[in-house]
Amino acid sequence: MTPRFAAGVRLHHDVARGRWVVMAPERMFVPDETALEVLRMVDGARDLDAIIDALAEKFDAPREVIAGDVRALLDDLVVRGALVT
Amino acid sequence: MNAPLALLAELTHRCPLRCPYCSNPVELTRASEELATGEWARVFREAAEIGCLQVHLSGGEPTARRDIVEITAAARAAGLYTNLITAGVLLDAALVARLQAAGLDHVQLSVQDADAAGAERIGGMRGAHARKEAAARLVRDAGLPLTLNAVVHRQNLHSLPRLVEIALEWGAARLEVAHVQYYGWALANRDALLPTRAQLDEATRTVQAARDAHRGRLVIDYVVPDYHAARPKACMGGWGNRFLAVAPSGRILPCHAAESIAGMAFPNVRETSLRAAWEDSDAFNRFRGTGWMREPCRGCEHAERDWGGCRCQAFALTGDAAATDPACALSPDRALLLAAVAEAGTTEFRYREFG
Repeated sequence: MTPRFAAGVRLHHDVARGRWVVMAPERMFVPDETALEVLRMVDGARDLDAIIDALAEKFDAPREVIAGDVRALLDDLVVRGALVT
Repeated sequence: MNAPLALLAELTHRCPLRCPYCSNPVELTRASEELATGEWARVFREAAEIGCLQVHLSGGEPTARRDIVEITAAARAAGLYTNLITAGVLLDAALVARLQAAGLDHVQLSVQDADAAGAERIGGMRGAHARKEAAARLVRDAGLPLTLNAVVHRQNLHSLPRLVEIALEWGAARLEVAHVQYYGWALANRDALLPTRAQLDEATRTVQAARDAHRGRLVIDYVVPDYHAARPKACMGGWGNRFLAVAPSGRILPCHAAESIAGMAFPNVRETSLRAAWEDSDAFNRFRGTGWMREPCRGCEHAERDWGGCRCQAFALTGDAAATDPACALSPDRALLLAAVAEAGTTEFRYREFG
């Protein structure tokens, strides 16, 4: 599974407010810190395993712990229409 | 003071359609007075600097400008999420490809009715409906996300179920069902456009049923007509609170209809920065927050929820922009609104035109 942003959806640095936002057609939302870490790994090339590996290394955490969190987050972002797989 | 989130860029008042509910002012700006490409590029940079995340490229018909691709690229270069609000009749495959290459994020396409005859009577342009269908296909084929915008009123509400089907057939992921708001041209045509209570209730049921039937395939946004409401809308999310517009002339407005309020002077991007206009101008501070309110708005529990409703509507109906919007059941001028509902019923339009 290789997640990518849905058409018309992108991550945007809101410089004026010091935060990242997900911009989408006629709406936007502010991802929490964990969702942001996952979204920043989504580039249309990394598959699920690669994203889990990268985050496990970045946070020096057990892979199986990271894997559960990432799967749950990706599912949520797909339901919200931000990502497609 | 909050920073603005979105800029409405009205690039031109020119448009091949003549919709009798057009949101442009009755006094239209001519092409010779429009801002130049470079001026728009500066406006976009200034908008991003003060906090705007999104720009709506609108009009008139934005693609009537020959520099629409350069304007789109400038908006994207400024870091803005770029939404094209179009009638679609001037789009072809080459232009869609160039807009997409320039970084366009999303297209909102208007539709006037569900069938060609109705749509072309309302929009005042022969052949428009088929061109819109073709435009929707071009947008979808390019992989751009599409929202269909259906402005609904007394003379097309019977078509709403079919409009939902069209949104699905044309490949839109979103449908905006927007009841006409009564300023400018729409106010001049109010007797022809204002729906009956029964029509409104039927439309609300239709939208709810369609949302349930097409969940996951089609998102439906619904803008209700406040002539039948008990509470006014939180117009623009509050005056000078999250939104600003720049008219084709360069005037900087708290709302695209604000020029309809007599006696107000608006800053112009040719002389004033967006930041100065947003933070310091009388036009933006006049109705910002709650300090300007009188009773029944002053001290009302809804004051920071609906901001006293719409200033343009208050002025249009009562002659006083600081009055409570008559769409509020607490307004002493409520009878003006009820009388308008009672009087509506003509089928004659006064089409939009340059004066």
